[in-house]
Amino acid sequence: MSVTTNRDGGLDTAPPPAPATGVDASSDDSSPEVSSRNDLSSDVEATTEFAVRTDGLTRNFGSQVAVDAVGLRVPRGAVYGFLGPNGSGKTTTIRMLLGLLHAHSGSIELLGEPMPAALGYVLPRVGALIEGPAFHPYVSGAQNLRRLDLSDATSDPATSRRRIADALARVGLTSAAGKRYRNYSLGMKQRLGLAAALLQPRDLLVLDEPTNGLDPQGTREVRNLVRELAADGTTVLVSSHLLSEVEQVATHVGIMANGRLLRQGSLAEVLAGGAAAAVQIATPDAPVAARAAAALGLTDVRVDEDSEAVTARLGNVAVEDVAAALVTAGVRVRGIQVQRPDLEDLFVSLTGEGFDVNR
Amino acid sequence: MSTVDSVMAGDSSTAAYGVRRRYPGAFRRMYQGEMRLLLLRRRNLALLAVLAAVPIFIGVAVKISAPSGEDGPEFLNQVTNNGLFLVFTALTVSLPFFLPLVIGVVAGDSIAGEAGSGTLRYLLTVPVTRGRLLALKIAGVGSFTALAVATIAASGLLIGAVLFGLGQLTLLSGDTVGVLNGLARAAGVTAYVIVAVFALAAGGLFVSTLTENAIAAMAATIGIAVLSALLDAIPQLSAIHGFLLTDHWLGFGELLRTSINVGDLVRWSGLHLAYTALFLSLAYARLVTKDVTS
Repeated sequence: MSVTTNRDGGLDTAPPPAPATGVDASSDDSSPEVSSRNDLSSDVEATTEFAVRTDGLTRNFGSQVAVDAVGLRVPRGAVYGFLGPNGSGKTTTIRMLLGLLHAHSGSIELLGEPMPAALGYVLPRVGALIEGPAFHPYVSGAQNLRRLDLSDATSDPATSRRRIADALARVGLTSAAGKRYRNYSLGMKQRLGLAAALLQPRDLLVLDEPTNGLDPQGTREVRNLVRELAADGTTVLVSSHLLSEVEQVATHVGIMANGRLLRQGSLAEVLAGGAAAAVQIATPDAPVAARAAAALGLTDVRVDEDSEAVTARLGNVAVEDVAAALVTAGVRVRGIQVQRPDLEDLFVSLTGEGFDVNR
Repeated sequence: MSTVDSVMAGDSSTAAYGVRRRYPGAFRRMYQGEMRLLLLRRRNLALLAVLAAVPIFIGVAVKISAPSGEDGPEFLNQVTNNGLFLVFTALTVSLPFFLPLVIGVVAGDSIAGEAGSGTLRYLLTVPVTRGRLLALKIAGVGSFTALAVATIAASGLLIGAVLFGLGQLTLLSGDTVGVLNGLARAAGVTAYVIVAVFALAAGGLFVSTLTENAIAAMAATIGIAVLSALLDAIPQLSAIHGFLLTDHWLGFGELLRTSINVGDLVRWSGLHLAYTALFLSLAYARLVTKDVTS
């Protein structure tokens, strides 16, 4: 009856599939920087560059395209912030990654293995929190974890109780372990969901809105948890619409809107692709400063005589070079300030200001 | 079910990253977890209590006022002669409604309930592959169905023995057999009923793969039994009566004759098993292709 996917023999790393159809232009194949902590996983697997890789991933619901030719590239060891407004297709993508939804076209690789073909083989190494926690309400948190652990053919029954206790301790639920799930607060439920994802050491964690319902303290703990796990070599794919939170932990980001992956890459790359950084120079010699700035190659130079300031787009020029040029030109500088757009500015510029759900 | 197939040579650590080995006895452990969930749930215990109460009500009623004439369900008149008949009467009384109700609730809830509460997505990403999940649910629902029928039989036997005693059993054909022979026949009756009603449980499992709404799945499962009984009651449809799911549920009376018509019993049980196979195939086909969006 059972159709477990077992593989025997050596570990064959499947060759990466040829990109299917129109891969999003932004999801270029240039290898993103893989942080050095990735070196921890020194086995054969390290040769597979991406923990998550999709090509042309597409899924429709009726006539609506929920996910449209998405080409995710999550480097091993990265903390990948998966961003997008409500209804942008993040959760549908995550459900396809984990084999819950069928893709209508495109291919998926998790940890170098094709999904969903290698599902039984690869998912034990993946911890997931998908669209909020879900447990049986009439038994305790610990019993719920026990049930999940018993269901995992790759979990050692001898260490089950210890691992459950450890997971509960890690999310601060030890004192509520014996309480019925129905009596948990929203934050406690969320913590239990995280504990379930941490029952085993994971190579990849997929966390969909992990801080929903958590208090500021809990949010902070989750952030620290993600950092800790990443430091241990776990790749973390965290979907969120809390941008400041993602900006604090992510090494890479992908931004989705209307089912399309609009931007992807390391945080610095993606931010650099947005509105350019601007420099603001406070000086009584504004016209001279403006000429010096323009001579240096800064663009969009504006002089504001009233407030005695000059603004310009920085482009590729380093701010220290601007300072040096100003001094050389004899400009009396009161202050010089670089304004870099943050993730929120970029996000809003890509996905629009509107409050309405797009679809 | 599964043997140790250490996928990666030299991977002996239990708390390691990378590809993990499988531990033998995985299905048994998962089954234990499933049964614990089924039996910890108060609703399910209440259902079993209702079934256990059926023989108690009948037994006490008969004790207070012995039935006269041909009124009441089959075997009722024999209860005062031998407590063993309380088992048969209780099963007869439970088969049209109480058992379909209990089976409808547990089988209908089995997959739809997990889908509705969202626990299905977490089971599937553990991962429990879909075929294994269905096997688990078949084992769980099957065990609970057997437990439900056995509860009626055990309660009937106990109450019957206490109120009326277990003596020589007078069969429907008039012959008398000893206590042990009688108990063996009661066990046979229980087994026959388990196989018969498991066909309905299989129907419930299939319905349960169709929806995320557990209540709808429960109602639809009970509906299968009601529809079958309804069609069975329309004389103009007598041509199909023999093929209806519930038509032979009461066929266990055959086991209470001196010369048992084994051919009939096998044929009827074969029909029940055919229904089971049909429903479980449909459930499998549905579950492996299902999009889990809850």
